[in-house]
Amino acid sequence: MKQITAVNDFVIKFANVNGTGSASANNMFAKSLFRMGLPVSPKNIFPSNIQGLPTWYEVRVSDKGYLGRRGGVDMMVCVNPQSMAKDVKEVEPGGYFLYDSSKPLDLRLVRNDINYIGIPLKDICQREYKDPRQQQLFRNVIYVGALSALLDIEFEVLTNLVADLFRGKEKLITPNVHALELGYHYAKEHFQCPLGIRVERRDAVGDQILIDGNTAASLGAIYGGATVAAWYPITPSTSVVDGFEKYCKRLRIDPGSGHKNYAIVQAEDELAAIGMVIGASWNGARAFTATSGPGISLMSEFLGLAYFAEIPTVLIDVQRAGPSTGMPTRTQQSDILACAYASHGDTKHVLLFPATPKECFDMTAEAFDLAETLQTPVIMLTDLDLGMNDNMSEPLRWDDKRHYRRGKVLNEEQLENMNERFGRYLDVDGDGIPYRTYPGTHPTKGSFFTRGTSRDEYAVYTEDSEAYEQNMQRLLLKWETAKIEVPAPELIQAGKDGSAVGVIHFGTSRDSTLEAIDMLAAEGVAVDSLRIRAFPFCKDVDDFIDSHDTVFVIEQNRDGQLRTLLVNECEVSPKQLLPILNYGGMPITARFIRDKIAAVAKGDNVTPMRKKSAGKEK
Amino acid sequence: MTYIRPNFRHPELPVNELGYTRKNYEGALSTLCAGCGHDSISAAIVQACFEMSIEPHNVAKLSGIGCSSKTPTYFLGNSHGFNSVHGRMPSVATGANLANRDMIYVGVSGDGDTASIGMGQFTHAVRRNLNMMYVVENNGCYGLTKGQDSATADVGSISKKGEPNPFEPIDLVSVALQLGATFVARSFSGDREQLVPLIKAAISHRGFAFIDVISPCVTFNNNPGSTKGYSHVREHLAATGTVDYVPFKNEITTSYRDGESKEVTLHDGSVVHLHKADPELNISSRRSALRLIKDYKAKDQILTGLLFMDENSQDLHEVVGTSKTPLRSLGESELCPGQKVLDKLNESLR
Ligand SMILES: Cc1ncc(C[n+]2csc(CCOP(=O)(O)OP(=O)(O)O)c2C)c(N)n1
Ligand code: SF4
Repeated sequence: MKQITAVNDFVIKFANVNGTGSASANNMFAKSLFRMGLPVSPKNIFPSNIQGLPTWYEVRVSDKGYLGRRGGVDMMVCVNPQSMAKDVKEVEPGGYFLYDSSKPLDLRLVRNDINYIGIPLKDICQREYKDPRQQQLFRNVIYVGALSALLDIEFEVLTNLVADLFRGKEKLITPNVHALELGYHYAKEHFQCPLGIRVERRDAVGDQILIDGNTAASLGAIYGGATVAAWYPITPSTSVVDGFEKYCKRLRIDPGSGHKNYAIVQAEDELAAIGMVIGASWNGARAFTATSGPGISLMSEFLGLAYFAEIPTVLIDVQRAGPSTGMPTRTQQSDILACAYASHGDTKHVLLFPATPKECFDMTAEAFDLAETLQTPVIMLTDLDLGMNDNMSEPLRWDDKRHYRRGKVLNEEQLENMNERFGRYLDVDGDGIPYRTYPGTHPTKGSFFTRGTSRDEYAVYTEDSEAYEQNMQRLLLKWETAKIEVPAPELIQAGKDGSAVGVIHFGTSRDSTLEAIDMLAAEGVAVDSLRIRAFPFCKDVDDFIDSHDTVFVIEQNRDGQLRTLLVNECEVSPKQLLPILNYGGMPITARFIRDKIAAVAKGDNVTPMRKKSAGKEK
Repeated sequence: MTYIRPNFRHPELPVNELGYTRKNYEGALSTLCAGCGHDSISAAIVQACFEMSIEPHNVAKLSGIGCSSKTPTYFLGNSHGFNSVHGRMPSVATGANLANRDMIYVGVSGDGDTASIGMGQFTHAVRRNLNMMYVVENNGCYGLTKGQDSATADVGSISKKGEPNPFEPIDLVSVALQLGATFVARSFSGDREQLVPLIKAAISHRGFAFIDVISPCVTFNNNPGSTKGYSHVREHLAATGTVDYVPFKNEITTSYRDGESKEVTLHDGSVVHLHKADPELNISSRRSALRLIKDYKAKDQILTGLLFMDENSQDLHEVVGTSKTPLRSLGESELCPGQKVLDKLNESLR
């Protein structure tokens, strides 16, 4: 029978039952490859449920460094009878199916184009362990041990990992190593090891780290100087504030007094969470909240206030699949429009789109500088894929010479020396950004009244049309200033002269897009790439669209929300922008993008134009 | 349109310890209906702050939306004000307070603002014992949106529309007591003598100080049949007693015989003298307060005055152990751990 053969280039997927302790075993597997110098990208695919339902863990190994989802499964490790029928179908022809052979395999699950590896995991556990919890836990460790033999993973790497993992709980090391050995020896005795797919030590990860985006963002908040965090729990953003708290406890407790140099409030809801952030920022602290789609809906009214009253506000939105409760544990990029224009009236908010944990860290820290510089809400939009999965990333770096940019804040001395009257909403510098003062700065000169109602340049309530319009125009001028302040897009040209075909993408679609572009290049189709990193869009974005005949916009939502934003804000013809949309809740794959672009670029009779069938775009 | 008060003041106006006249505590001219109870409350706040010699710029005044929530414009013109969104002032106040624990926080809200759209935020500010004075200007109706019944309107009360309110009211004082508020009082906008010392005590209290002030809406809810109109409230008032506030710096003298008055010391050393009218009231018992409120209600009377106070109250900052230095004043060196820490972290992630 055919066997897939590949060294350091395959996709392996684990099918487990939620709540059985498989997560740490699966992590151990991914990390061992990483420590062998191999680029890996593990992804959790989990149900919105605490226990009992199927859960998957997909690991891509690619020594060429492709980290997006490729599509397809070369090896399935199936430890969940419940999902077996579905899992067996997913394996590529010539692939491998590892299952628990304590019970004979249901004949209906037998395919004659894949390779079966039966290991009696349950039997081994029952023989070796008395405690039922141990029987369950070690089953996972045993298959990792077996994979070590089947895929040629260096056993010592695994034992070192176990030692690191259980530092401080040394009693657990020996039994875990024993379980690894049980699996290893069983595989060695019963199968030809290694299989067609296997790993070899490389030096392809350099000094990179393996970290999830939410943890990186929480560190960004620490380094960015946030002292107040207010939030309401929601998947997949919860670990942002959990991480913030963990590092605050480590890094922000005054050693002398034991007092906390931070405050974290679990608010009663998202309305309160964002209100607290606004109150704290108004009063001069750096504050943030983290949430996901439903939270954005609730925070909208307050975001409008922060925009109009010009209060720095930092929000991290870890997107999940909507609308409504949607699929809370699946990934999407579908809060773009809700965030860009959150709240009633004419509002626009600064958005940041990180693609890696390093960018989650950098952009979170940057968000505080931006919010205070521009005196407006800044929303960083990540997603579940980036936020909750370990991602390979450049190490986190902080320039010790860097200083926070606290924006235009007048202190007591400056106020004292002012002869003219302080005007909170006066555009003194012609960049649309006025000066503010922190409450309590000066006995007579610094106070102003913050309100969501219209006011003049001196913060005095007014319903005068002219004053209102002037203020709204100044906010637009500030928006122009924002274009210079936000991170610029990242351009990668196909060759020296570039191509007439371009793709625009953002956030977590990056890895799959770049891989798809490589695939297309190998087939003779050249594609330029522009990764958008922020809204408002700067001139580079207009230029990129103008200089390409066709631009594909790659997104993980149904309605092409970024495309809508581009059409709305860039004065480009909608016909020029072809959407490529993946929105099933799973991260977009390189194969998917490649197929969509190839179909158009090679002139196949297929078009991804979404409104064609409705006959509207003629 | 803005209203600016004439600058002229008599040179011999009384000054307080800071050398400020009362004018230093005033705000813009009110745009509320003439005779609105809310204006009397603003005046009481002005008087209290003036007499307490508070630095006006050390006060942050916050509100939601409503006629009542507009009032911070009309007092303490040298303080920072924040007129936020409907019902959500408590969260903004919480954030502001977390950022700088050294200021005085004055929250003003309406009964619609607090008892309906903002009920959730109100209850949680109480629960966290946020250090602030929270005043509800309670008129039993929505003034700003022209007179709809609010959730504090008494059953059977008749507003300008003429229809009796069919629902039971939410009694915010009882709610606050039950939720654990550490200072609870009720007063009437027309009773400046009672209200001013209550405001002073509330400002000095460390923790959440709640004052529910019945404040008639002359335009929509002051007609015969309304239980929050001037005449009804005047006729049905019953005070727990008179309240005297004695600031910390002054020598404390009592001129009342034992058994007639109760002294409560606030955290800063100031004292509240309570001259009891109803010997049943035990100022440090929630149950006593709740029972009396009910008893008086049954008698168709409204019990006013200081109803409950916890002298040992610990505010949010003390409970969670935040730094004594206001969080907003911490510098980069205290906040940013630097590259060295990141190096170690990176190492642990390989
Ligand atoms: C989200 C929202 N919903 C509704 C309103 C309209 N609104 C403004 S004030 C108000 C009620 C005010 O009543 P209250 O708080 O009792 O204050 P009062 O005017 O009686 O002093 C309402 C419903 C609003 N501003 N925002
Ligand atoms: S409508 Fe009522 S509450 Fe509003 S200002 Fe007039 S009297 Fe006061």
